[in-house]
Formats: sequence, C-alpha cells, structure tokens
Amino acid sequence: MNNDQIYKSDFSDNASDFQMDRREFLKLTGGGIFILFSLWESSPFLEELQAQGRELPTDFNAFLKIGEDGRVSLFTGKIEMGQGVITSLAQMLADELDVSVENIDMVMGDTDLCPWDMGTFGSRTTRFFGPPLRAAGAEARWVLLELAAEKLNLPLTELIVENGIVFDKTNRKRQVSYAELTKGKRIERKLTEKVEVKSPDEFKIINRPFLRRDARAKVTGQAKFASDLQFPDMLYARILRPPSHDAKLIEVDLTAAQQMEGVQIIHEGDFIAVLHKYPDVAENALQKIKARFNVPESNLNENTIFDHLLRVAPEGETVAEGGDLTTGENESATIVEGTYFDGYKAHAPIEPHTAVAKIEGDRVIVWPSSQTPFPAKEEIAKALGIPPEKVRIISPFVGGGFGGKSRNRQAVEAARLTKLTGRPVQVAWSRQEEFFYDSFRPAAVVKIKSGIDSEGRIRLWDYHVYFAGNRGSQHFYNIPHHQTLSHGSGWGGAPGTHPFATGAWRAPANNTNTFARESQIDMMAARAKQDPLEFRLKNLTNEKFIRVLKAAAEKFNWKPAPTPSGRGWGIALGIDSGTYVATIAEVEVDKNTGEVQVKRVVCAQDMGLVINPQGATIQMEGCITMGLGYALKEDIHFRGGQILNENFDTYHIPRFSWLPEIETIIIDDKSAPAQGGGEPAIITMGGAIANAIYDAVGVRVYQMPMTPERIKEALTKSDRY
Amino acid sequence: MIENIKLTLNGKPISLTVDSDRPLLWVLRTDLGLTGAKYGCGEGYCGACTVLVNNEALRSCQLTMKDVLNKKVVTIEGLAKNGDLHPLQKAFMAHDALQCGYCTPGMIINAYAFLLKNPRPSESQIIAEMDNNLCRCGAHVRIIKAIQTAAQEMGGKKK
Repeated sequence: MNNDQIYKSDFSDNASDFQMDRREFLKLTGGGIFILFSLWESSPFLEELQAQGRELPTDFNAFLKIGEDGRVSLFTGKIEMGQGVITSLAQMLADELDVSVENIDMVMGDTDLCPWDMGTFGSRTTRFFGPPLRAAGAEARWVLLELAAEKLNLPLTELIVENGIVFDKTNRKRQVSYAELTKGKRIERKLTEKVEVKSPDEFKIINRPFLRRDARAKVTGQAKFASDLQFPDMLYARILRPPSHDAKLIEVDLTAAQQMEGVQIIHEGDFIAVLHKYPDVAENALQKIKARFNVPESNLNENTIFDHLLRVAPEGETVAEGGDLTTGENESATIVEGTYFDGYKAHAPIEPHTAVAKIEGDRVIVWPSSQTPFPAKEEIAKALGIPPEKVRIISPFVGGGFGGKSRNRQAVEAARLTKLTGRPVQVAWSRQEEFFYDSFRPAAVVKIKSGIDSEGRIRLWDYHVYFAGNRGSQHFYNIPHHQTLSHGSGWGGAPGTHPFATGAWRAPANNTNTFARESQIDMMAARAKQDPLEFRLKNLTNEKFIRVLKAAAEKFNWKPAPTPSGRGWGIALGIDSGTYVATIAEVEVDKNTGEVQVKRVVCAQDMGLVINPQGATIQMEGCITMGLGYALKEDIHFRGGQILNENFDTYHIPRFSWLPEIETIIIDDKSAPAQGGGEPAIITMGGAIANAIYDAVGVRVYQMPMTPERIKEALTKSDRY
Repeated sequence: MIENIKLTLNGKPISLTVDSDRPLLWVLRTDLGLTGAKYGCGEGYCGACTVLVNNEALRSCQLTMKDVLNKKVVTIEGLAKNGDLHPLQKAFMAHDALQCGYCTPGMIINAYAFLLKNPRPSESQIIAEMDNNLCRCGAHVRIIKAIQTAAQEMGGKKK
C-alpha cells in the first residue's frame, strides 16, 4: 500500500542544498564520536527521495554525537509538536547505545546541525527515521566497544555495557566509561546498512512506558515556542490581509498608521506590514490602515461546494481493482448505494503560525512554528533570493501541528521583514489569520455502490472518492469484484477546485474514506439483518484486522444484534500508516435536539513494535478526542474565498464536556516493525459515531460533521433500512 | 494613557510606567518577559492566556493594565516555590497531562483557581470548570486525572 505517495506532491521543490561549510559543522559540534549519515541504499528514506527525483543527500550532519563528557546528542530534523518523539526517539537511541534516556540531549529541527529531513508528518518519525537512528546507535556502541577492548586489553566477547560504562564480564572492577573513551578524540563513522540492532528480547528501554521528557519545561512555562523568543530591538509585525482569498487591493491609506509613534511601515506592492516593539501597538496601527479591496462575487459555500466538486472532478485514478463489476452485481441479492459528504476542517492548533527571524552576519536565522524546517529553509532562501546555506532554521517547540504547519508562509514573512528592517522580527498570526491561511482538510464526496449475496457475503464494491485523496480508500474486506477510484488529489488540484488552500489534516484522506467505507459496510449489515460485528468478521480474511476487531469487541463486551438495536453502538475498522485500528463507540442521541453525546469509545490498535507504550496510548486518546470534532461539529463556513469562521466561538473543537469514557488497547507485536502512531486512531471516529447514531435512532447521516441539524433532518426522512 | 501602575506580580510588588490601556497579556509577555501565558485566540475563547488576578482565573488578553492596578497577579512562572513545583504541576507531569504544551499554563492556572474555591471537586465539576479552556491535542482525559490527583494531594497536605 502506498498511502504516503500522497505527500510527495506537497514538496515539489527540487534537491536540497547541503553546502554548509564543513568547518562550520565542526565548530558547532566540537569533539567526540560521530555517526554520520551515509548512503543507506536500501532504506525507505532514500527510496522516497529517489522517487521524488531528489538527489541523494551528501549531508554530513550526524545522527548522534557522544561528547567528551559522555553525554549523547541526538540530532534529528524532526520537531516536537506534542506527538512525543522527543521521548520515543531518545528511547530508541538510549537502548541501542546502552545509556539511560536521561543521558540523551535532543537537538531537533536545526538545519545546521541535523540530518536532512522532509518534515514531521505522516506518522513517519518512528517508521522511517527510527531504523537509521537505531542503526546509528548500534554503530556507535560498536565503535565504543572496540575502543574499550583496546583500552582494557580484552576481546570484545568479554565485554558488557551498562549505562554508558563498559565492563569486563568476569571482573566488574575493570571498567571504562563512554566519556573516558571519547575524551580527546574525534571519530567519525559512516553508517552502513550492515549494523545489527537489538532484538526485542534484548530491549531494556524500547517498548517500556516513559513519561514525556519535556513536561517539566511545559508545566512551568519555561518551554520556548516561537512567540516566546525575544531579542533586543525586536519588532512585532502585523500584516494587512485581504478579506477573501480572491480579493484584490484597490487602494490603501496608511496616513493614520504612519503618524503613530514608533510604528514602522513596510509597503511593497500588496505586502503591507506595520511593525512596533509591542505587538498590541502594531495591531492598533494595523487597525488604522484604511484599505479597500475588490472581492469577486461567489456562490460557493459549504452547501454548494459538493456539486461544484463533482462538476470539476477529473477522471478517477485506479487505486485498486479485481474481478468484474458486472459479475459482482449479478451475484448480489441486494445492492446498496451511498453518497457521503465531508466539509472543510481547520487544523486549529492552539498556537497560531509564528516565526522569529534575525540577521546574523550574512545569514538569516529563523525560528518558526513549522513541521518542515528543511523545506522552510529552501522557501526562505528562494523568497529572499539568497543561497540556502545562508539560511538557518532552528526549531522551537511547536504548539500543535496536525499537518497544518507544513507550509511556512509566516516564516517567509518574518525573514522578508527582518531583511527589510535590519532588525529581529516576530510574525505571530492572529486567530483570524490562522483560520484564513489554514490549508484546510478538503471538502470531499465519496460514492459507493456495493452488493451482498443472500448470506451476507459482499460480492460487489464500486468506490469513487472525489478530492479527499486516496489514503485509506482501499477496502480490505474479502470482495471478489471491486474497484476503487480516486478523483482529484487530496489537495492542490486544478485551479478553481477549492476556493482556498487545502492540505494534509491528521491522517489526510483517511478520515473521509473510513467514514464512507465503514458507513457503507454497516448499511449492508443492516440490510442483511446481521450484527455489524459478525458481518465484518464474515467478510474479513486479514488476520490483523480480525485481531484488532475482536480485541475491541471483547473489551467493549459486544453482544450481537442487528441494527438499529436502540443501544447506540457503532463499529469502524481501518488502517493508516501501517497501523490497524478498530473502534467501537456508544452514543446517546437526543431525538428532540439532535444532539449526540458519545458515552464510550473503545479502540484497539496494532502498530507492530511499540517504542513507548505510554506515548502511543496518549496519541490514541488524543486521536479519539480530536476525532469527536470532525465527526460532530467542525465545519468551515465560507463564501467563496472568504472564511466566515474567525475564532473558536463559531468553529467548535472538542471540549472537556464532550469527552466519552476512553479505553485503549495496544496489541503489542514486538516481532513486527514499528508503525505509525500519531494519526491512525483518529480515522475510525467518524464511521464509528455514524454507525452508533444509526444504531441508536435508526437514521443514517451521510455528511460530516454530523450536526444536530443534520441528525434532526435525517430523523424526519423515512430513509430507514 | 501613560500611568504608573503598581501591582503584585508573582509575589513581588512591582511598579510600571506603562500605557494603562495596554492588554495585560502583552505587557506580561513583552515588557516583563513572562512568556508562560500564551496568545491563542485574542478574544477570551481558548484560555491559553489565563492568569490569576486576586486568585481568580482571568483571560489576560481581555484585561488591561488598569484592570490589575493594585491587584495580585500570578502567572504560571509564579506557581513553583523555590524550585518546588506546585502539586498541580507535578500531577500534570505524572499523568502526562499535556502534549504540545501550549495550552498547559492556562489549564494549570484555571485549575488552581477553582481548586481554591472547591478543594474537593467531583469529576463533573472539574469538567464544567475546565470546559472553556481549549486543548487541540486531546490531553483532556489526563488533565482531569491530574486535577483529581492534585486535589487529593493538596487536601492531604492541609490535614
């Protein structure tokens, strides 16, 4: 399955430049033992680069350094935005090196120091960065053991390592620490693919629960996010924005703003910024600008968008096919057709896009809230017309991303302004700007025609997804005659497709596809008058799906009954980033108001080897909680390119009072490679809730979010199976 | 209007010559360098900027300097005493009750204020009191547990 292909279009700029002077790197990193990136010919990471037509990196930045004080620096282009890799990556390296997690210092998202990285998204950190990192750790341990063997004058077989100290197996008094071995040396090793990493029975740190390593900084207010960085003489910028994405500036009067004391104004074409040493004064100055825009009329809104999308949709690309649809139709006793809709969703991280930029010598240094520091470097270089090596990105903590901080407009703006003013500049978007410039999860339509025989076996599956993207679009049931077509990519697309930017939103495409597929499966079970759990089990052959489904059902204490049973129970099954997920939700529906309260969610997932069971559990809880939002309330309202949601009073994200009882199960399959954890458990929330609503009140809601209005409307129709 | 504003900040009396119409949030973050309180929405909907004013949890983006004249203001930076974390901070750590951490200072301050009024809250009271503090990562279930743990811990100390 090549779900991740969908990301490739997002970063189309060509090969990165790795021209930083080698002496610079040495100066920045000092002495010690380094394990450098090398050509990992068989790694998925490099295959991916090649597939994108990028050149292989000749990056000499290291994965890790063991300093002369024995402390280990872990260099990664990944960033920490809450997903917890600040802990799990340290666990991986600590275990391979035989040091404690506390001994590892994380250097994240610094383009001068860290190995090149495409970005932190797609639940890829553990899956793709994890293996080379572990190999780097194993390689470093090997180097240290060789040094120790020489120092202690013993063969390698006589040595053991604990907590960064190498011992003589038979006489523990003979020992030498990593720090002593490293002292005064500078050893560089290139990573080869031959290194053997630990097997699961050797793990001491991997696969054990660890608390977040950044928690203390975050509960004391000491953790630095981009907006928390301040430099002497720094200016805060506010930028004039159009009221609509298709608006054109006609005239502008800056007089009142210019008269404000200490306000600096930058005016370059349509780019108008006001700067002041206080952000609130800059905001006041912005309010004083009188600007007139031409806003074209548009009849596109959250209701008309679906017809528009179907009208402009290109031919579908085949994602999967098999058998013959006509035969499938002939073999079916019952045909079920469903059309599903999903509106635009915002990422709405609590931290809006922010960046601080300043000039140091002939370089621009930028601290952005960004999931993609290396692409940000390229974007900034291009915008400023300077070589990429003249730009350095240093990543602060990121206050939530969810796919929304993969573009770097605010970082480019800050870099431009620091160049124009010669002073450090902070660009921090307001909540309104955050909603306006978001790259929304795309509105999408899914059409499915499916058929079952008289025993409830699925014979036909004809699936068309429009503009969600193909991730998660393939069914995994045992269906002899089927096709899956994806019309239009998840984002981008031809001009005129969407009235504003769209992009990756936590498990992109998969939320929409799983909602549609699992709703359709339940409709077929209802038509067959079969219990939805038994119906699924009858039509599944993949052992991993069966295992997660049974695990969730057992924990939930599922009792078979055809739907609608009135109990308000719903199941959804899915796969994302290599991880198998089964979710069972219980809901209560108020028939008078249409309000849904989700009472309980049981979720089981199989993610292969689990690096940090604590972190993985928390990601599942986060996915379940966030998933309530897109399923029930989150919907962008717009008129053409004008976004009508400007704050959290009209865009409703999950709150404490929405919480169900959440129970998670992780099937710990140590023998399987580690899979993604940040996204999978969110994909099943829409389908599980839709199916639970049907089970509760006997009506099917085909559109997300499943708002009270839509549920009431469904209740007045006689659309019951 | 430029005025001299006196207040107690994190236990220390301070005096500032400042435009008294400026928002407390930005004076804290820029003039005073206390960046624990965060900007999240600017209109009081999210709670990321919550601080204590005379032991009440208020949205600092909605207050001006005039509003805190002669009052006691406590930010997240003022909660730990001599490096000893407050039980709420410890409980948030012990329960992993945060992910990205951006909403965390506001969450802790909001919980602090209502535990003062209601030291033994029920789960439904915690939910009601925290409902207007937004978290996008979905740390909610753990935040509730952390507040329960802290309430027990603080209650225990009083005996």
